[in-house]
Amino acid sequence: MNIKIAGGRVIDPSQSLDQVCDLYISNGLIIAHGDAPEGFVPDSTLDASGQVVCPGLVDLCAHLREPGATHKGSIAQESHAAAAGGITTLVAMPTTSPIVDTPAVAQLIQDKARATGKARVLPMGALTQGLAGEQLSPMHALASSGCIAFTNSRRPIRSSLVLMRCLEYAATHDLLVLFQAQDAELSGGCMHDDTTSTRLGLAGIPEAAETVEVARCLMLVEQTGARAHFGQISCERSARMIMEARERGLNVSADIAIHHLLLSDSNVNGFDSNFHVIPPLRSQLDRAGLRQALLAGGIQAICSDHQPHDPIAKQAPFAATEPGIAGLETLLSLSLMLVEQDVLDLPRLIAMLSCEPARILGIQAGTLNNGAAADICIFNPAARWTPSADKTRSGGANSPFIGTELGGRVTHTLLGGKVVFQL
Amino acid sequence: MFEHNDPNRIQLNSSGQLRHFLTTEGLSRELLTEILDTADSFVDMGAKQIKKMPLLRGRTVVNLFFEASTRTLSTFELAAKRLSADVLNLNISTSSTSKGETLKDTLMTLEAMHSDMFVVRHADSGAAHFIASQVTPHVAVINAGDGRHAHPTQAMLDMLTIRRHKGSFEPLTFAIVGDILHSRVARSQIHALRTLGAREIRVIAPKTLLPRHIEAMGVKVFTDMREGLKDVDVIMMLRLQKERMTSALLPSESEFYKLYGMTTEKLAYAHPEAVVMHPGPINRGVEIESAIADGPRSLILDQVTNGIAVRMAVMSMAMSGQVVEKQLQHPSAN
Repeated sequence: MNIKIAGGRVIDPSQSLDQVCDLYISNGLIIAHGDAPEGFVPDSTLDASGQVVCPGLVDLCAHLREPGATHKGSIAQESHAAAAGGITTLVAMPTTSPIVDTPAVAQLIQDKARATGKARVLPMGALTQGLAGEQLSPMHALASSGCIAFTNSRRPIRSSLVLMRCLEYAATHDLLVLFQAQDAELSGGCMHDDTTSTRLGLAGIPEAAETVEVARCLMLVEQTGARAHFGQISCERSARMIMEARERGLNVSADIAIHHLLLSDSNVNGFDSNFHVIPPLRSQLDRAGLRQALLAGGIQAICSDHQPHDPIAKQAPFAATEPGIAGLETLLSLSLMLVEQDVLDLPRLIAMLSCEPARILGIQAGTLNNGAAADICIFNPAARWTPSADKTRSGGANSPFIGTELGGRVTHTLLGGKVVFQL
Repeated sequence: MFEHNDPNRIQLNSSGQLRHFLTTEGLSRELLTEILDTADSFVDMGAKQIKKMPLLRGRTVVNLFFEASTRTLSTFELAAKRLSADVLNLNISTSSTSKGETLKDTLMTLEAMHSDMFVVRHADSGAAHFIASQVTPHVAVINAGDGRHAHPTQAMLDMLTIRRHKGSFEPLTFAIVGDILHSRVARSQIHALRTLGAREIRVIAPKTLLPRHIEAMGVKVFTDMREGLKDVDVIMMLRLQKERMTSALLPSESEFYKLYGMTTEKLAYAHPEAVVMHPGPINRGVEIESAIADGPRSLILDQVTNGIAVRMAVMSMAMSGQVVEKQLQHPSAN
């Protein structure tokens, strides 16, 4: 099966490519761009004129809810939503029920994803058994069963000794550890601790809830030499600490959820539970600092931190609602706002959504190199669209961006050369 | 972009009248004064032989209390009955709403009984806003205290008490003392006092009981009673919930009383004519000395009396705001 993607602006930061040209696919692999390879006869042609052709996005954090909370979402639904958002690879968090701490659960997730065939799903394994923070999980066996990295998610590992042992064991097998850093005792509130929380009387989560844990993790990473990634940081100071650690030579990286780059705690005014997220939306100063950190190299990737919920989970007083935004379908359009607002240029943004997260994970993805799987996102940067609850493909329509006009829309997503989404 | 920053959009009708009463924040001076004036006209009613007027006759008021309260519930019940409403008191533990029956289900059930007004007390900040956003348009919601957020009728009864004793707010310095962190009363008082033109508002507490950046609400922060009370005209004490004293907020009740309890000795730092208020119920010997609570400078019992008048005022105004809104939206349905 030969496919020609014709006339698009092909942007592939992994090879510093940004030119209007054709892209050629054969048997699920990219074989050339520019001039057609000798003897290439397309079976089909996708007209991409006026559109951007880039690597399929790699999302570092998505909660797929299955197994367990399928009333919130399923692997099939969320994979479909990912495809509609131009995401071809997504990392699934281990906070399912049962938790991903046995090879069987890891295998189940991958089997279901393969059966759906809309996106590549890479499960993340639990760092400790049952995410209880006490006993090491069988990391080697989990990695052999396809777990791409290991995390305790936001469940605490109170003992620094246990955390150090986890890192030592991960380092033994060169496994990536992901931290969603938060101190258990300091993070008891529901929004950023500042003037808005004070006015609204909502229990605050201080910046220290994150920075204290980032500091502890960095010290232990330094001690053990583990490979580590900080997911969804929310404070400027965290970014600064991680950048300094990188400068000291530590093998650490970081990502940020797109909503933390666009929103701040002032959005919680009015008690709209769609703005209830953990980590909380921080101050406008934090948001500005995080945007600077994108430029300065403190943060390497942007993710959706996708957390679909059933409607009832958000229908309660703010603190009683479940935190999280369903963000797979809007990840690209929201990220394009950073280009519109001159925070990043388009190739750099695409890098942070594709080759950079792939590099963090150590996988062959996020590239249009010859020989790579044809995982491709095509989007119309000029299109305007408005996400609506009734048209979302995800199990959850919990997003503060529902009803807001966004710019840039995915028109096609290809997975291994197969069109898995077409607008 | 993405700003949803008008918490008041929900509590006023299109003519700027009260249709719910959820917070004192953002309400105009005119509207707060109207509440006080209306309440003033109700104060003396309690002393009359016939203590009823027909403003809410035929209406059903549901006191929906998800958190225990004796004083607030009784004054709301009395206020509604004095306005001739039919009153239903429901004490619902939040555990029952979390076990299958959601808060929304509860509201829908009560709406199906053709209730006209919900008076809501809830442990979560923003609960009254949530309920107001969910009810059908003809139902009015009065916030009887939500989490740490707001207790607007308590603040307005304090304002009424102050106005009746001091005449006006402009020349006065106020001190709010104690557990500011957890206090919905303090937040509502601060908004109301600022709008009504108070010269200066101070908060006095140890740092463990002060919310972050409270000064952004327009108050001066003191951690020392002697400095904070200097020359103040009105001292508003807050209730310190004893159960919170165990969570590393304070070393002991006795140390709190020594440093922040209102005693005759500390009252001497204030203006010689300073008055002392407390939203009740009081913890004697923890927040306040009995000699002051029962003394001539205490306005605590006046607050209770004025509470009924204020609640009558906001209930009648909110119901009237609902009727006006309904008439504006459906002129033929008069």
